[in-house]
Amino acid sequence: MGQPQVQVDLEAELAEQERVGLLRFITCGSVDDGKSSLIGRLLYESKLLYTDQLEVLEADSKKVGTRGGELDFALLVDGLAAEREQGITIDVAYRFFATDRRRFIVADTPGHEQYTRNMVTGASMSEAAVILCDARKGVLTQTRRHAHLVSLLGIKHVALAINKLDLVDYSQDVFDKISEDFKAFAHDIGIHDVACVPMSAVFGDNVVTSSDRTPWYQGPTLLGWLENVELTRDEEDLSGPARLLVQWVNRPNSEFRGFSGRVLAGVLRKGDRVRALPGEAESTIERIVTMDGDLDEAVVGASVTVVLSDEIDVSRGSVIAVADEPADVANAFQAHIVGMDAHDLVPGRHYLAKIGARTVGFTADHPKYRIDVDTGAHLPAKTIGLNEIAVANVHFDVPVAYEEFKRSRDLGSFIVLDRLSNATLGAGMIDFALRRSANVTWQALTVDKQARAAQKGHQPAVVWFTGLSGAGKSTVADLVEKQLHAQGKHTFVLDGDNVRHGLSKDLGFTDADRVENIRRIAEVASLMVDAGLIVLVSFISPFQAERDQARELVAEGEFCEVFIDTPLDVAERRDPKGLYAKARRGDLTNFTGVDSEYERPETPEVHVDTTQLDPEQAASAVVAKLRDMGVI
Amino acid sequence: MQVRTDGREDCSQVRTDGPEDCSQVRTDGTNRKEPMTETHPPVALDAGLDAATDNLAALESEAIHIFREVAGEFDRPVILFSGGKDSTLLLHLAIKAFWPAPVPFPLLHVDTGHNFDEVIEFRDRVVAEHGLRLVVAKVQDWIDDGRLEERPDGTRNPLQTVPLLDSITEHGFDAVFGGGRRDEERARAKERIFSLRNAFGQWDPRRQRPELWNLYNGRHKPGEHVRVFPLSNWTEADVWNYIAKEKIELPSIYYAHERDVYWRDGMWLTEGPWGGPRDDEEVVRKLVRYRTVGDGSCTGAVESTATTVADVIAEVQASRLTERGATRADDRLSEAAMEDRKREGYF
Repeated sequence: MGQPQVQVDLEAELAEQERVGLLRFITCGSVDDGKSSLIGRLLYESKLLYTDQLEVLEADSKKVGTRGGELDFALLVDGLAAEREQGITIDVAYRFFATDRRRFIVADTPGHEQYTRNMVTGASMSEAAVILCDARKGVLTQTRRHAHLVSLLGIKHVALAINKLDLVDYSQDVFDKISEDFKAFAHDIGIHDVACVPMSAVFGDNVVTSSDRTPWYQGPTLLGWLENVELTRDEEDLSGPARLLVQWVNRPNSEFRGFSGRVLAGVLRKGDRVRALPGEAESTIERIVTMDGDLDEAVVGASVTVVLSDEIDVSRGSVIAVADEPADVANAFQAHIVGMDAHDLVPGRHYLAKIGARTVGFTADHPKYRIDVDTGAHLPAKTIGLNEIAVANVHFDVPVAYEEFKRSRDLGSFIVLDRLSNATLGAGMIDFALRRSANVTWQALTVDKQARAAQKGHQPAVVWFTGLSGAGKSTVADLVEKQLHAQGKHTFVLDGDNVRHGLSKDLGFTDADRVENIRRIAEVASLMVDAGLIVLVSFISPFQAERDQARELVAEGEFCEVFIDTPLDVAERRDPKGLYAKARRGDLTNFTGVDSEYERPETPEVHVDTTQLDPEQAASAVVAKLRDMGVI
Repeated sequence: MQVRTDGREDCSQVRTDGPEDCSQVRTDGTNRKEPMTETHPPVALDAGLDAATDNLAALESEAIHIFREVAGEFDRPVILFSGGKDSTLLLHLAIKAFWPAPVPFPLLHVDTGHNFDEVIEFRDRVVAEHGLRLVVAKVQDWIDDGRLEERPDGTRNPLQTVPLLDSITEHGFDAVFGGGRRDEERARAKERIFSLRNAFGQWDPRRQRPELWNLYNGRHKPGEHVRVFPLSNWTEADVWNYIAKEKIELPSIYYAHERDVYWRDGMWLTEGPWGGPRDDEEVVRKLVRYRTVGDGSCTGAVESTATTVADVIAEVQASRLTERGATRADDRLSEAAMEDRKREGYF
């Protein structure tokens, strides 16, 4: 290899160098704006490319380059083979380069349809953004979209790279016009630190070196700007009140009980009086432990283990906060939510949310509106689909310690997870806590469910009949009610059709409306259980998630899921209401079994195969099960 | 790299023309050419814990955060540990993450049988020192009982996949830590920190989840597992600087030593149980070191006089070959080699 020898004196190098910070930034723009050329050039100029990569680049440039055999930097940031072959873009790629002053991680988000999702992902970890625009085109809708998203994600430092200046003869007028337009717009949407850089990524003007073709420009080069962007953490997070997110309880033996986690804000000091949120208990930081020795203080970003002077209740997900300025605790918020998955996030459906180091139950109300990322306009919305940004009230099933997103990314953000597929459906940012969440507590009633049940001589329960339209749910439910009534039990039937005429008459048959309909039914059934009744719910209820949700609303042992299992062709042949025929003709859309999915229950309490049992037998099987469950 | 941000007079130190120009004229009048100082982060021996302003502290803290998330959310994690530099670094970070408690999960080594003695000796010593549990999956066992077949070229790197996946299934591992870094290769630039694998260990780009903030989604169905890459955001320079800063011991073959080698496929290979030179290949004694540790049949040595960490850092700075390109024959098989193997469950 014959490598030249360089002497590195570790100590001396250390003495000479100031500390090198790490800046994560995002680049926004399409290939047409010259984004790949820009990133490629930054990598190339910072000399993190090696001979073999350069050889590939030279070969590729000749083979498929767009620059007539000259080095085509865009090829350096080319993606996965699958992507190249199939023309699909996957999402965010991370690139690395460094100068003497800083290490950089670039989140490179290819454009196209998934733009919002990808940009939100890349921006979530970024402290600065470089937005590209084409000098010939100026500030376009796309430029505004990028700025909106950057602002939404709380990025404070933005550079507008006005690229392809070579194609407008390095005109100062063009540059000034675009700069003014953009700065005015950025100011309006809350971005105050804006730099505009006249650039040609292809020729390298003002990327790394100041260009003598723009003598009228006195500002920094793009790299110069990146090297000097304030690292947000330096200032705000250091001065804020200290918070430590507990990830893991460190308990190697009975002598040592520490809480391992990361400082998310401020400086935590030995001797600090602290509170373990969401609880009220307080203690004092006795030790800050690391393998390199105990510390007197731990600053934002540090991963440490703390020991408290008292045995108080702290577990994974707790937030240890300075006692005189603790974070707030709440369980209902207004939030911005970005749809991240091909499956919509549906209001009312039960999901999980991960916030800090806790995973909790989550539901969203109907969106107040969604935001048109191109214009900032508010639009109506029923669900939150992929690449949509909506504002909605959301509910966690337990109180959590939080900060508003604009104050803390780490304590103000959450992700929404599907309980069944485990997919990440949404990305959320807390705007503020809803006042009612802190104040509304359940009325403690002296005559309670058990008292009512005792009076009636049976336990309350929900018997939930699910199955295709025409499966025979109502028939069986009716027979069950007759049997129970004959035994002196207090019952009530909630029937799909009846509820549709009243309580849910405002709802249609889209997936979102079905979910809301079932949410209402489940809530009503749950209230009736509180009233001491045996509630028979007869409902197609095609989705497992909603059936599970209904189950969760009542206590263990109070829910009996009855699957009336009739094959589709049998149900369709019966077609008592003529609905299948309508659906097949196309007169009825979103019809379960025809053009809308039915998810079969996995573990129902009672599975009625109607090809084997007649309705009387089925009803008897349900009553027998209720006896087994101790309901009657 | 010296980059001026304030003016345009001094462009002499910036390379704009091509890869050959990696030297500059000395300004002290001697006019002797020497390699330009690289642009990697400096070595910061006293980096302390200020993750806000210090690159290595930030990377360390992020990696520790990732280890603790996995400990908090998974039932049976395991660390892939070969004794190589990246996995040694990984283990070092795990020890720091849980200290004073011991690392709460075992190590797994997929052993090709084509090992360097120094590395195996090092591996076993480290495991004993820290009281860890090591699971070894020997490729040889899979060949012996017919589940795998030796390749015509004798290389066993591609054979690691099956024993790895079988071991994950057998032990029920649900999180598997690897030392992969995004800077290594283009296909890895898009890899997640938590990378979901299906029940066959396969990676489907379409099923990968968006990763936002520091909120990792580790949820998975029974039989699926998640590969976790705490070093995702490290570069090769970071790894070496951190090894220097933390004084992490590595197997001796990472440093220059005399060895009998022969030249094949553009690499210096060494004789071993995997075979040796053909008749037309001359064995010479050279001062060499290894930049990666893999299957001995296809891991090449580079000529080097670097006997200390500082020497190695200097050499890395001056080097113009990425470590995989330089010394791993199997990455050269095709441009998309890495991605193909990732799909089938290799890292």
